[in-house]
Amino acid sequence: MALDFDSARLPNPNLTSDHEAWRTQLRRFVDAEIVPFAEEWDEAGHIPIELWPKAADVGLLGMGYPEEYGGIMDGIDSWHSWIVNEELARVGVGGVAASLMVHGIGLPPVINWGTEQMKAEVAPPVLAGIRHIALGITEPGGGSDVAQLQTIALRDGDEYVVNGSKTFITGGMRANWVSTAVRTGGPGAGGVSMLLIPTHLDGFSRTQLDRKQGWWASDTATLYFDNVRVPAANLIGVENRGFNVIMTNFNSERMGMASAMEALGRVCLEEAVVWARDRNTFGKRLADHQVIRHKIAQMKQRLNATQAYIRACYEAVEAGTANPGDIALLKVQASETMEFCAREAMQVLGGMGYMRGNRVERIYREVRVNAIGGGSEEIMRDLATRQYGL
Amino acid sequence: MKVLVAVKRVADANVKVRAKADGTDVDLNNVKMAINPFCEIAVEEAVRLKESGVAEEVVAVSIGDKSCQEQIRTSLALGADRGIQVETDANLQPLAIAKLLKAVIDRESPDLIILGKQSIDSDNNQTGQMLAALAGLAQGTFASEVVLEDGHARVTREVDGGLQTLNLKLPAVVTTDLRLNEPRYASLPNIMKAKKKPMDVLTPEELGVDVASKLTMVKVEPPAERSAGIIVESVEQLVDKLKNEAKVIS
Ligand SMILES: Cc1cc2nc3c(=O)[nH]c(=O)nc-3n(C[C@H](O)[C@H](O)[C@H](O)COP(=O)(O)OP(=O)(O)OC[C@H]3O[C@@H](n4cnc5c(N)ncnc54)[C@H](O)[C@@H]3O)c2cc1C
Repeated sequence: MALDFDSARLPNPNLTSDHEAWRTQLRRFVDAEIVPFAEEWDEAGHIPIELWPKAADVGLLGMGYPEEYGGIMDGIDSWHSWIVNEELARVGVGGVAASLMVHGIGLPPVINWGTEQMKAEVAPPVLAGIRHIALGITEPGGGSDVAQLQTIALRDGDEYVVNGSKTFITGGMRANWVSTAVRTGGPGAGGVSMLLIPTHLDGFSRTQLDRKQGWWASDTATLYFDNVRVPAANLIGVENRGFNVIMTNFNSERMGMASAMEALGRVCLEEAVVWARDRNTFGKRLADHQVIRHKIAQMKQRLNATQAYIRACYEAVEAGTANPGDIALLKVQASETMEFCAREAMQVLGGMGYMRGNRVERIYREVRVNAIGGGSEEIMRDLATRQYGL
Repeated sequence: MKVLVAVKRVADANVKVRAKADGTDVDLNNVKMAINPFCEIAVEEAVRLKESGVAEEVVAVSIGDKSCQEQIRTSLALGADRGIQVETDANLQPLAIAKLLKAVIDRESPDLIILGKQSIDSDNNQTGQMLAALAGLAQGTFASEVVLEDGHARVTREVDGGLQTLNLKLPAVVTTDLRLNEPRYASLPNIMKAKKKPMDVLTPEELGVDVASKLTMVKVEPPAERSAGIIVESVEQLVDKLKNEAKVIS
């Protein structure tokens, strides 16, 4: 037992040698194609367009999607996903993973509820990394209260006429399509639909939100719809049943975010331990001061608990018995753990940690986007209590 | 044409290995294992020969207990067609490995056999040479380039003085050096497909090879820790120390 990134992972009997083979190959890919450049990309504010096809080649983009669209599903399970989230988090540059893998929230609505024609058109180029898709739920008027969204899609013949705006949309500047939540019916959740909006249509425009606390490598956009005429065939699923699509989508997004957050916390532990062993104060190693030892122990304790909780939820996902309340609280567990580990690791690193160019400093800045995006901590707790029938 | 590659399971290059407390061996308990990097280069070279249409079949062989099947599977994921495991729990020395590989070659009749020049665990750098001698085949060790044409392999070798090019008659044994190629990563679809590729399991008995070792390992100990250096105060002092203490100049 040790405290580096790999040793600090609790044993998981669900992992087979196939999973480990995937981890090994993926890590080689990440170490060769991402790690040496990630910081530079973060400072530059974007990742190079060539990274997507490379990620497609290694199987990263297609994982979990049907073979007929260029994906790979046979034999793939939640443990493969957990490995992807961990290995991308290990880079310690959150914007890279957010940008590279944004199809993971944008494409599932199309795959799970879209028409055959829609899937055949959109999925192959997205999974090959040559076209891009984003998810547009949040609006300038609010993100938590999804049922009150105000972007209107009015049916006119065989088209919808869309007016409104979306904001904080990851990958929004690059997207060729946006899986967009729109109001097609009356007020509340029962009037919401999902619509696949191609970004080349007249009346669509976007602006970049490029001054963010973290996730610099990820492009974030505000999208505007001004009488955009979208073919009615682009409706994803049934009209006015979009709320269910959105909520289902959120569960897998939250699992992904939670497992990434735990791994980011583990990166903080790893960095803190390396530093504490190396740095001397008051005549001994930092690691020999009881206060510092306890910080390390508390980080590991919370990481252990989060890992066990992630595993329990993934086991439930595999068994088909996942509870959205448990997943919502897992997301809170993970963001609190990440926050704690980032804070304590920063303290251990001292002034050094405050300097740009180390993983802890960046992770510290990227806590909040994880604690707010994909459903904020407050909303997660509220959702859970409702799921538990309180 | 058929290419046979030998792959060895070793501790991952990034792992810091420790000696066991009782000094009997290296402690491999819970240590991440991987394909020996030079063997990975061998697999890559064989797969490239196949992709360029020169070779039809690539067979990956590993010798060891059941766990070395993982490294065979990795080779299959990287593009080998078929695997052979020679199953044994014994801790084998290069000569025994060479004899077993010779027996596999007798069954498989490959046109080219590619091995790593050495494995990063014991660094023997012997197996390829022993195999070539036992099988009576030409050998090109430390290869940085391999070109196959009309029944020959033109092998560029990295030798102390520079590069040496040999023209070997096939079948031949080639061992890989670091610069021969840069191995690819296996993609997820190929990892999944590798599970369905055939793998035969043989035993030393079936191959008629006696693997009893004539060597015994006496002791494994970590290298002595370097003692702290000192900062000399002047060039004169440095010269004096080099002359009289280190005795490296006169
Ligand atoms: C970098 C980044 C990338 C993002 N990417 C995407 C994307 O790709 N697609 C997308 O659709 N969205 C995206 N989001 C938006 C994100 O999902 C929202 O920010 C989030 O859902 C919160 O919505 P809001 O910001 O409008 O906050 P609000 O909904 O206005 O909430 C503000 C605060 O009030 C709290 N609050 C709200 N309601 C309650 C209540 N009933 N009880 C108690 N507290 C409450 C919230 O927890 C929050 O702390 C992204 C956000 C960021 C920062």
